[in-house]
Amino acid sequence: MTDHAVELPVDGAPRAWVRRPHGYWGGVSRRLSRDPTTLVCALILTTVVLAALLAPYLDLADPYRTSVIYRLKPPGTPGHLLGTDELGRDLLARLIYGGRLSLLMGFVPVLIATLVGAVLGILAGYFGGLVNAAIMRTMDVFYAFPSILLAVAISGVLGGGVMNGLFSLTLIFIPSIARVSESITMGVRTQDFVDAARVTGAYPHQILLSHILKNVIGQILVFSSSLISISIVVAAGLSFLGLGVAPPQAEWGLMLSTLRPTIYVAPLNAILPGIMIFITSMCFNLMSDGLRNAMDVKG
Amino acid sequence: MLLFVLKRLVYVLPIALGVSLICFALIYLAPGDPASALIPDNTPPAVAAQIRQAYGLDKPLPVQYLRWLGRVLTGDFGLSLSTRRPVISEVIPAMGNTFKLAGGAILLACICGIAFGTRAAYRSGRAADRLIGAAAIAGISVPQYWLGMVLVVLFSVNLGILPATGMGDIKSESLLAELRHLILPTIALTVVPAGLIARSVRSTVGEILGQEFVQTLHANGLPPSRVFLHIMKNAAPPALAVIGLEFARLLGGSILVETVFSWPGTGFLLNSAIFTRDLTVVQGTVLALAMFFVLTNVLVDVLQMLLDPRFKRARAASGAWQ
Repeated sequence: MTDHAVELPVDGAPRAWVRRPHGYWGGVSRRLSRDPTTLVCALILTTVVLAALLAPYLDLADPYRTSVIYRLKPPGTPGHLLGTDELGRDLLARLIYGGRLSLLMGFVPVLIATLVGAVLGILAGYFGGLVNAAIMRTMDVFYAFPSILLAVAISGVLGGGVMNGLFSLTLIFIPSIARVSESITMGVRTQDFVDAARVTGAYPHQILLSHILKNVIGQILVFSSSLISISIVVAAGLSFLGLGVAPPQAEWGLMLSTLRPTIYVAPLNAILPGIMIFITSMCFNLMSDGLRNAMDVKG
Repeated sequence: MLLFVLKRLVYVLPIALGVSLICFALIYLAPGDPASALIPDNTPPAVAAQIRQAYGLDKPLPVQYLRWLGRVLTGDFGLSLSTRRPVISEVIPAMGNTFKLAGGAILLACICGIAFGTRAAYRSGRAADRLIGAAAIAGISVPQYWLGMVLVVLFSVNLGILPATGMGDIKSESLLAELRHLILPTIALTVVPAGLIARSVRSTVGEILGQEFVQTLHANGLPPSRVFLHIMKNAAPPALAVIGLEFARLLGGSILVETVFSWPGTGFLLNSAIFTRDLTVVQGTVLALAMFFVLTNVLVDVLQMLLDPRFKRARAASGAWQ
């Protein structure tokens, strides 16, 4: 990954740090590890992710056990650190278990959309002409929908459920990733080293894989990373509307929606799941900003 | 100028067609046959075939699409499957209500975003810049539906000064009552676009401040307030692009906030239509909002061109559509 970093089309001129033996990615990770904001966010996110993954091994209450007596207990009740929900289920356990689906539905759509969108965008940017027109004009049509509207409409028509939610979320992220990939690729394609490769007889797939891809992937990843927080918020929003995860599963958006009628009785319990959505979404945004700065990507 | 507008409209036609195609396909994406919503169970096959014929559902799909498109172009979005009223008569008042929300929100977001973004750019690297930057990133990360709930807890439950849901009874109550109902949902909707606008303005103005013409203006003895006007004029086109996009996005994205506040706009309509499986209303609402989104983009392009003729040349050189 290091050989071609010198030509990274950030603003033309190679930078001093690129020449260091650590290479480009070494420099990026070194600068990231010196950024306190990124470190704090990474720590919070690691805790949330680890807690969600290891939930069965933590000493938690059963997130599905309901209790009529222990309904809507305030945070701090003995045995229920964060209180209980409208059916008497332990909120701490449900928030931790809820992270599994919420994080999955935030992360997976961006991952798949990045794969599909980057391939489409790079092909369109590299080959131009008819290929470009066919791919990008199709993307334009999907781009013409406000993204939440498209996700809600598709999920609404297909019906709820995790798979349909993942599908509609993936679909709304592909066009923007494809667009960004296309414009980055167009910028790289016209550089001299690509012409040089072509003149020396490299095949298109060799140029694409070894010259183009390495030089565009970083910027595409920076852009994709900025979408994770949107994905988490919109995914929870779908469940909030009743279009994502189905009860009694624990998921932050769904918890927020089932607790909503209780805001007059137990406001603190009702807004707790939203705090989790807010914190994770903000950490992903801050980390994406940190990555952008560390990689010196504009825009 | 006129040529530019016409060109943009011609470019937008295929996109509008594509959008209509997707909206048409929405109904066929749904599990089951679209006719099944019209035909009760236990209908004799002969009657079912008659119903299909009456609604044109026995024709091949391309023919159905063209017929549907023809009706849509004349403003006929079909009948609501649940209320049997024309879809258009449900969508238009809902759009009006959403406009009130989105209009207020974008106005507030512009004021906050531009003021704070400019301030941050002028104070680059100082405490004010960092504070505004942190607030902006918190703003864009907030789940709006959750913020709506928090606002209800604060202002309706605890303080009891603002209504939690609904729009008020327009006939009996005054304009003031309606405004009071507007406050909380508008604030909930404002935060995300305000953060995005602030970040965009911050980076544009920061870039302009470093350009040589600013130094020249200062060196020529222009008072700072006049220099500021020059900077604003240069920062306007990119800011306008963000504002236009965010306004259009608010129209489509207010569904969650409208649900929290039971605001009778397009989002509320869409949500209830989804749960009653009223597919024609879903289709009509999505189509209307997406078309509006497309037109807003054209308008933003034209405004940008008016503000800065360089955009026209840049666009012509790149040959880009959008």
